[in-house]
Amino acid sequence: MDKLKRLSECVAAGDAESAAALAAEMLGSGADPQEVLDGGLIAGMNAVGGRFKAREIFLPDVLMASKAMQAALAVLQPRLAAGGGTPRGTVVLGTVRGDLHDIGKNLVGIMLRGAGYRVVDLGKDVPPERFVEAARAEGARVIGCSALLTTTMGVMRRVVELARAAGLPVKVIVGGAPVTADFASAIGADGYGYDAGHAVERVEALAGDR
Amino acid sequence: MRPTVRFLDDALIGRIVDEARGLLEKLGVEVQDPGLLDVLGEHGARVERGTSRAFLPGALLDRALATAPRAFRLFDVLGDPTHDFTGSKVHFTPGSSALNVLDWPAQTVRRPVTADYAACAKVVQGLPHIAAQSTAFVPADVPDAIADAYRLYLSLMLGEKPVVTGAFTAEGFPLMHELLAIARGGTGDLRAKPLAVFSACPTSPFKWSRDTARNVVDCARAGVPVEFIAMPMAGFLSPVTLTGTVVQHTAETLSGIVLHQCAAPGAPFLYGGSPGVFDIRYETTPMGAIETMMIDAAYNEVGKSFGFPTQAYTALSDAKRLDAQAGLETGMGAALAVLAGINSVSGPGMMDFENCVSLEKLVVDHEICGMALRLGRGIEPREDFPALPRFEELLREEHLLISPHTRKYLKSEIAFPGPVIDRASRARWAEEGSGTLGDRAHAEVERLIGQWTPSRLADDLKGALTERMAAAAKAAGADALPPLP
Ligand code: B12
Repeated sequence: MDKLKRLSECVAAGDAESAAALAAEMLGSGADPQEVLDGGLIAGMNAVGGRFKAREIFLPDVLMASKAMQAALAVLQPRLAAGGGTPRGTVVLGTVRGDLHDIGKNLVGIMLRGAGYRVVDLGKDVPPERFVEAARAEGARVIGCSALLTTTMGVMRRVVELARAAGLPVKVIVGGAPVTADFASAIGADGYGYDAGHAVERVEALAGDR
Repeated sequence: MRPTVRFLDDALIGRIVDEARGLLEKLGVEVQDPGLLDVLGEHGARVERGTSRAFLPGALLDRALATAPRAFRLFDVLGDPTHDFTGSKVHFTPGSSALNVLDWPAQTVRRPVTADYAACAKVVQGLPHIAAQSTAFVPADVPDAIADAYRLYLSLMLGEKPVVTGAFTAEGFPLMHELLAIARGGTGDLRAKPLAVFSACPTSPFKWSRDTARNVVDCARAGVPVEFIAMPMAGFLSPVTLTGTVVQHTAETLSGIVLHQCAAPGAPFLYGGSPGVFDIRYETTPMGAIETMMIDAAYNEVGKSFGFPTQAYTALSDAKRLDAQAGLETGMGAALAVLAGINSVSGPGMMDFENCVSLEKLVVDHEICGMALRLGRGIEPREDFPALPRFEELLREEHLLISPHTRKYLKSEIAFPGPVIDRASRARWAEEGSGTLGDRAHAEVERLIGQWTPSRLADDLKGALTERMAAAAKAAGADALPPLP
């Protein structure tokens, strides 16, 4: 259907106003809200994801698209069946204790939200226990830890230990400038991401969404 | 005439400062320390407890500007003057606190240990165009809790030049201050003859974390100079326009000066920064971007409009290897910094977005610094007029190789670089092994380490430093300090 394609294009182009208007118009003319969601919004976001991975577009383009998607989703939400359009799962995110660098962590959070995850952001200077408590309370599938100091990255090891000890079905992914894939495996983490797009990819893989 | 570069005219500087003042008054700054909010409140700031914000009226800012010193000096571990932060005098310092060292034989990065730090300190000691040491990286072979102080300890033990450094936490400062006071022979002497500069980094936008706010105040009260390092990121956490980012940098730096001068009027500081543009394609903050360098030069002009000595993180690169990109970014930064008259330039040796230090790059950058400093000395007439006698001499003698004029001015007119820079004919270069820049740089690193002689700091002071550091290591759970290389 032509309008679905146009909607997906509005989302991909980050045109929130047109996306919301078009979604409303389609609902008005009797379209199935689930179809509008799948064929318009999700299709648009998938296209954006592909182009982002191919490095044709960049972070701000993805943010614009996810804003457009949110705007259109708000129109659909009241008409969607319960549970329709809900996030893909929860990720608990934070910068570890002693570390105040949160810019990279925030970018990761933005991109994860854009990709449809529910992100519980614990902020910075987060003690290891907090990550695990929050993962339990929020039913998170993934814990994401960020560190920018060589003197704080060790705290991530403790997060992994506590998560394992708690017996939660949660994966731990780590990142930040001093962190490497080798370090991640040395502390027993499940994954490592070098930037926000990569973080989304790794979370998708760990959460079994891809 | 000293050659200069300017990006802002006086009217634009005036407007930038006015706008920044307006921001401090209307938006204020967040200070995440209740005690320091009180201090600001007592001095006339309007404090909003719920949001931890302090709104800084113009009168308060003006008082801080009035007490802020326009110059200060640094002295080496022996107490001799090294840095004169006045006018357009430029001093280079290696980049600091890298996560990694570039391991030359392996051409990969790894975590530095004490031996790497010592090698760096020894190389820096032998580089005349590098005026200060920096706590260049964080050795991984001591407990994290004392890592910041341990770097300073090594610098005080091995090198003689003053140290550009910083504490990682509020709790980190007292021990570092103690070490400095031991080396100087007392806190009073340290105040009279500063031996180190501490970085104090606000969090963009408009925020002072508890740790950095306390560092600012503790340094001010101890008379230890600070350098304010605001890091707005253009297009991400500050406006994409270079002017807008300079406005933000101005407001953030002025807020630091207010806090600092409220704590101790007259305490010395550098008006510095490490702003950058944000590269949306890679999610990085390129220090080698030309716009980053332009922002540096511009905020330096704002700082100088108040008469303050300035600092910048420039003359460094984002390259991962010692390649042409490393040279071009470092070279452009150093040249611009000298033309702009930035008084303290932190960067040589650094690559990979401030994340890595290479000793080989440091010795190459040292030559860049030498060239840039020569550039800054400009072109002056030196017994060049009247011209006739010299040219009569040239025609008569057929050359000027041994002319008294040549012999008098050769060294000051032409700055001959060290062996790292290739000036050989192709044949001689081939005869000497057809080395690359990297080969020559590595040989130079080894030569400098080999020729290093121990610091002349008195043995009893070295003993006292080691005793204090060892006690701190023990308290942090380490049995002993790694042996001093
Ligand atoms: C900006 C900055 C600051 C700002 C931080 C502001 C903020 N809100 O975060 C401020 C000014 C507060 C700051 C303070 C300090 N800093 Co700082 N800082 C930086 C700087 C220049 C950039 C970091 C950044 O934001 N990069 C941009 C973002 C987008 O990249 P990123 O963080 O790497 O994140 C990306 C990836 O790593 C990944 N990622 C990140 N997190 C996660 C998490 C997961 C789960 C995944 C999958 C991926 C992932 O995705 C992100 C997006 O691409 C770095 C140097 C550098 N270039 O890295 C120094 C640096 C990290 N800082 C350093 C230092 C020393 C300090 C201070 C101690 C300085 C001082 N004395 O005051 C204090 C420390 C305070 C503390 N206790 O934390 C050193 C670290 C030294 C060391 N060996 O550990 C560095 C390397 C600079 C240097 N050479 O001196 N800093």
